[in-house]
Amino acid sequence: MSVVIQVENLSKYYRLGLIGGITLREDLNRWWAKARGRPDPALKIGMEDHGNRVGGELWALRDVSFEVHEGEILGIIGRNGAGKSTLLKVLSRITAPTTGHVKIKGRVGSLLEVGTGFHPELTGRENIYLNGAILGMKKAEIVRKLDEIIDFAEIAQFIDTPVKRYSSGMYVRLAFAVAAHLEPEILVIDEVLAVGDSAFQKKCLGKIQDVSSHGRTILFVSHNMGMITSLCSRGLLLDRGRLVSTGTAPEVVLSYFGRDGSAPYSADFRRGPKPIGDHLARLLEAHIEDAAGNTTGEVDIRQPFRVTMRYQLRQPTPVAPGPNFHFYDTRGEVAFISGSTEYDRCTGAEPGTYVACCEIPGQLLNSETYFIGLALTFVFPNVHVSFFERDALAVTVVDPIGETLDNLRNGYSGSIPGIVRPRLDWTIQRQS
Amino acid sequence: MSEWTQTIEPRGRLFDLKLGELWHYRDLIALFVRRDFVAQYKQTILGPAWHLIQPLLTTLMFTVVFGYIARIPTDGAPPFLFYMAGTVMWGYFSTVLTGTSGTFTSNAGIFGKVYFPRLAVPLADLLSKLIAFGIQFLFFLCFVGFFMLRGSVVSPNAWVLLTPLLLVIMAALGLGLGVMVSSLTTRYRDLTVVVGFGVQLLMYATPVIYPVSALPEPYRFWALLNPIAPVMEIFRFAYLGVGAVSLGLLTYSVAVTSVILFVGIVLFNRVERTFMDTV
Repeated sequence: MSVVIQVENLSKYYRLGLIGGITLREDLNRWWAKARGRPDPALKIGMEDHGNRVGGELWALRDVSFEVHEGEILGIIGRNGAGKSTLLKVLSRITAPTTGHVKIKGRVGSLLEVGTGFHPELTGRENIYLNGAILGMKKAEIVRKLDEIIDFAEIAQFIDTPVKRYSSGMYVRLAFAVAAHLEPEILVIDEVLAVGDSAFQKKCLGKIQDVSSHGRTILFVSHNMGMITSLCSRGLLLDRGRLVSTGTAPEVVLSYFGRDGSAPYSADFRRGPKPIGDHLARLLEAHIEDAAGNTTGEVDIRQPFRVTMRYQLRQPTPVAPGPNFHFYDTRGEVAFISGSTEYDRCTGAEPGTYVACCEIPGQLLNSETYFIGLALTFVFPNVHVSFFERDALAVTVVDPIGETLDNLRNGYSGSIPGIVRPRLDWTIQRQS
Repeated sequence: MSEWTQTIEPRGRLFDLKLGELWHYRDLIALFVRRDFVAQYKQTILGPAWHLIQPLLTTLMFTVVFGYIARIPTDGAPPFLFYMAGTVMWGYFSTVLTGTSGTFTSNAGIFGKVYFPRLAVPLADLLSKLIAFGIQFLFFLCFVGFFMLRGSVVSPNAWVLLTPLLLVIMAALGLGLGVMVSSLTTRYRDLTVVVGFGVQLLMYATPVIYPVSALPEPYRFWALLNPIAPVMEIFRFAYLGVGAVSLGLLTYSVAVTSVILFVGIVLFNRVERTFMDTV
């Protein structure tokens, strides 16, 4: 497989305080202050420190080098401010790097947003042409694919209606349909898949995989670890502008959870950049503990373990909210969702801090890594989600094969597929 | 395997105008023109008729104010035609200049999400304004014909053959200045304010509502340093038969315009590489 993208020592820095418009007067002030050896008056004070700041400079990318091979789907992950979007912007030539360079073989199409350049007054058909051309398609190419695009978007009967009359779902479907029919050799995708209904998302994922199986290369940024592990052949982890890990997608996803002081099995959300939750409730903290009560990210398949979440109700509510946990496997498939049945949703709840704890029995899950989403939902009278933090925790279920080949595996030592591996009751009787 | 097709580096070559790439995106330019034209008059009652109403009302106003109240000489041409020639020609230049001067700030949304040669946007702007100019120009010709039928002293001559060149100069000058301003506004927002009334002031500094011959001698030299002045004079001479033409001044105008356009595009291409960091 040949290398189609070669990134060498790529760095990009922003001068803080210069992001955003400035006037000539401010520039003269800055220049005057510098000339007298005074501090720069335009520098913002108290900006959030991502840790990649040197003086007044913010290194959004620092000495990043990697290669991408033809036909690969590369997943790029990292926390907010890690430099993912900057990397995509440099690769799609929206902004130039400060130092270093990138060599590319083939046409790059970038999807940092769907529906770029859509004009509300134009019809769906006119917007297909416009958006297609903005994304780099030739007119002849769009003409050839027009029917396919309209079909894919499922909006044939509204194609000559101005898009300002579209529902948001139709708008997104049309926008994605155009994007999905791009045929560059290299496709750069930011988190655009977080839109649309799930059936349509699946269709889009299918289309992406279709694209890559034709030898095209894809670079993909997402916060959805499940999507990364299920779609990507390789992963790349950025942290404060630096490349900290590359490898197979699941490996990189795991190292993502191991970083930044927030261990995968214990997360404190009060320290995040912004609180998680809404005016009714906030997520405070969550962790996983094993049967012995130790906070840990590795649990024995034979033993039960507990997932605990602390949240705060901020005002009295007429009905009590229901905490629920969502378990995903590394491919992003839902293993199961569990909600509490212990609360009475017909009585209100008082403000305060609550602890919800759920015990997952031993011999239920497979020996795999699971990502746990934490949610708090009001189901009555209307469904209202106060927060739903996907991939908040990760737990790896370990099957200590070496120690014991007891009744768990019946002596079988190979890998056992399946999202779960419950121990069920069997009966075997001799009939004749 | 084949060679690298693209290299992304911190700085591009300074004098690389990237015209080939622009040609590659010609379909996009055409679609932008179409969008501008179609979208502009959706949900208006009069639609493209506005292209006629605007210059007509401006010309009438100028005729009343400058022709009948201020009594500024028009070198003997019917005042209405004199002002209309000025309005139509100047109108093209000023709409191109104000339109393209907002390229970066008003397209920041698109530019931040996808790459295409940024020059496609001001070029499309220039072309869609050309359509409006074409309509107004035909309208102007109708009036020229009408005045000739009524026996006014109007004498179109062989200089009309220079019309395309005059138009190219106006377009190039508007584009060059526009992209220059638009590149500088990414850093200095002050310029958006300056452009608004700057164009107004420039109109009075240019022989649009008065002929060069109406200027006293010491000022005439300075007025003719303005590269638009010869264009206005030649245009009026070609269609109305009044004004001073000089091939020397036209050459000067072409030279100044070329320099402004070149500098403008170089500046634009430089800013294009990093403007997303400052907007």
